[in-house]
Amino acid sequence: MIARTYGSRLPGLPDESLSGKLIVIEGADGSGRTTEVSLLREWLEVEGHAVVDTGLRRSTLVAGEIDRAKQGHTLGATTMALLYAVDFADQLENKIVPALAAGSTVLADRYIYTLMARAVVRGASREWARRLYGFALRPDLVIFLEARPEILLHRAISKYGSLDYWESGMDLSLSRDLFESFFAYQDRLSKEFAWVGAEYGFHRVDANRRPEQVHDDVRALVAPLYAGPFGARPATRPRPPVIPRAARAASS
Amino acid sequence: MPDETPSPTHGFPGRLFVFEGLDGSGKSTQAALLGKWLQAQGYRVFFTEWNSSELTAATIRRGKKKNLLTPTTFSLLHATDFADRFERKILPPLRAGYVVVCDRYAYTAFVRDAARGCDPAWVRNIYSFAPRPDQVFYFRVPVAVTLKRKIASRVKINYYEAGMDLGLSPDLHDSYARFQTRLKSEYERIARTDGFTVIDSSRTVERIQTDLRGYVRPILENFPTGERLMHDS
Repeated sequence: MIARTYGSRLPGLPDESLSGKLIVIEGADGSGRTTEVSLLREWLEVEGHAVVDTGLRRSTLVAGEIDRAKQGHTLGATTMALLYAVDFADQLENKIVPALAAGSTVLADRYIYTLMARAVVRGASREWARRLYGFALRPDLVIFLEARPEILLHRAISKYGSLDYWESGMDLSLSRDLFESFFAYQDRLSKEFAWVGAEYGFHRVDANRRPEQVHDDVRALVAPLYAGPFGARPATRPRPPVIPRAARAASS
Repeated sequence: MPDETPSPTHGFPGRLFVFEGLDGSGKSTQAALLGKWLQAQGYRVFFTEWNSSELTAATIRRGKKKNLLTPTTFSLLHATDFADRFERKILPPLRAGYVVVCDRYAYTAFVRDAARGCDPAWVRNIYSFAPRPDQVFYFRVPVAVTLKRKIASRVKINYYEAGMDLGLSPDLHDSYARFQTRLKSEYERIARTDGFTVIDSSRTVERIQTDLRGYVRPILENFPTGERLMHDS
């Protein structure tokens, strides 16, 4: 049972196997995660898989507290990291685990890795963050959408018309200038993601390209998860075709 | 000369005293009395209770009311609350050289979360930001006594306090007694591993308070009082 999590016990985790698949899409704001999740969802549903999507800050338990805390900007780094952990745990237990037990595919728009990287950038130790999230389920696949800071900047500005206070790490006082702070913060985050990615086995996808091109690579990573025997799933379920490598290479 | 040497246990200039024990063990009464006495001695004292931060109080209340909490979210929510209190209220006076008195500390979480089936090593890691106190007073009391006090107080026993979420018993009082028994055995275990000072709570309030003052005095020998912190003499 412990092997299914990152090292610590999750009380109440059902003993039977979780037959669904847990796929995580990670990446900075502007890396195209949300677009990718919806493309992936569409594709998987067409292939006949039940899909549930999830993301950060969607639990009803503490989402309000997080929003209020962000507006007030008064919380300490440890408190904020733990508040996010409550939100994550609530979603894991009330949404992700039941969906996996029912055989669905769970698409997570960010997971513990973002939370760990943010906490560490704000002063938490890596070891503390790693052990804090020891109760998290190990995903079947973690895809990291990697984009250059300049590209992230332009996507952020075209999407919101400005830079976000938190995504620019203004709470870290790296610079009073939003623009400079954004680069300094993204730089620190990406260094932290490099560590997290090596430790947790990320599959990196070049997200500097157009969504369709990114999606082709993502599909190629996801398809093998469904190619093998399905365990508890009925054998009659349609299986998605595995995209030949040559066809992908030609399209990108 | 005031002794401004940092505490040998946590390294901060202040001193940290913690009161632990089951509900109804008499620890809160004693913690408040000790705080009063320390103030009367001229020390700068900061007193804090478990579960008193405004941040998550409403969520904890709501979650408890609707029985929405699992052992993991229960644990993390209390840790968040404690971290908020620690970062904003406990750490600054500790760094400034106050005497901090805590009615419950991280040990309460160690005991409750373990009783709920959380991984003890996981819980310890979460609270690793909380420094080791100068002294922890553990109030030892038979579970039967706390149950009697609880019933006499006419305060309604709530769902989580009785450990009803664990399904130990469908009866509230029975569940409360069983859950408190679990907490007590965990307290007794960590009292040894964490070097608690055990206080026999069956004695009179005055006797216990006299003992506590006796324990605290040597730790505060030469410790600066408020006057000396604010003015050069």
